[in-house]
Amino acid sequence: MNDLIMRRLQEECAASIERTEEFRGDLTVTVKKEEIVRVCQFLNRDQELAFDMLIDLFGVDRYRPEARFEVVYNLYSLKNKKYLRLKVRVEEETPVVPTVTGVWPAANWHERETFDMFGLKFAGHPDLRRLYMPEEFEYYPLRKDFPLMGIPDSIPLPRR
Amino acid sequence: MALESLQRDGFLTARLDDVISWARKNSLWPMPMGISCCAIEMMATASPRFDISRFGSEVMRFTPRQCDVMIVAGTVTYKMAKVVRKIYDQMPDPKWVISMGACASSGGMFRSYSVVQGIDQFIPVDVFVAGCPPRPENLLHALLELQKKIQREGSGVRPGQREKIFIPETSPVPAAGVAE
Repeated sequence: MNDLIMRRLQEECAASIERTEEFRGDLTVTVKKEEIVRVCQFLNRDQELAFDMLIDLFGVDRYRPEARFEVVYNLYSLKNKKYLRLKVRVEEETPVVPTVTGVWPAANWHERETFDMFGLKFAGHPDLRRLYMPEEFEYYPLRKDFPLMGIPDSIPLPRR
Repeated sequence: MALESLQRDGFLTARLDDVISWARKNSLWPMPMGISCCAIEMMATASPRFDISRFGSEVMRFTPRQCDVMIVAGTVTYKMAKVVRKIYDQMPDPKWVISMGACASSGGMFRSYSVVQGIDQFIPVDVFVAGCPPRPENLLHALLELQKKIQREGSGVRPGQREKIFIPETSPVPAAGVAE
């Protein structure tokens, strides 16, 4: 099955793929940031592969000079009972990723969570507000440089 | 004795504040502010086995307007703190607060940016109950200690100036029907 996915991806969007990796049967494909929507559209609409379900979408802070952030997409094909992982590398200076809400509506809240926790912006998202933290909060708590106990007085408490 | 004077004269004399406190302490209506797992133990406290109605507090009201004591049972996040405070503000005076469990009292195991490290940062707490979660007996113990405190302090002391009570994890109040 992984061979089929690889072959179809090479046929249709070879130029969009940065690197592929297989570990114990799990296929991970790193995709160019600008091309992520096109690749997702292809995987979703292709009759044979039919990755019709977005299991999860989240960010990772690698905390390194280049490509500090990653966005990971876990896909599932109900037809083939097959998982696929996509990755996008994001630079700290330009933390903007195209949204995939047009492909899977389920991405809406996942992208909002990723925005809330990592400060990655999803271009074209219909409603990019914070999901967990108060809207006036100014920091991104899951970034590695955010202290565990938070910034003192960054969230106001009611007066005693 | 008081009973003899009642039988002989048909009336009793007492300080008004004592009588009011006696009435208040024996019908404390709780506001069940159950926001996580402690709420399960709070519900058990109202169940027949532990039977909070033995102490006059079985009427859990889900509107703050009818409540005397707020039982904060669970983890209070910064986002929830505003809600807890608003509900506290809506309760009529006189009012008391029981902070049930480690999370409400100190943040508990959630030493994290999102959890308030103790609700006494934004509301005046009367009784802190240890435990994760506290046993229903501990909550009953807290209620009894609160009753004693209400009788002791009367109505003159404002919230915030009141004595704080700390209930340890082991507690002397038995469940209903359990021999001491």
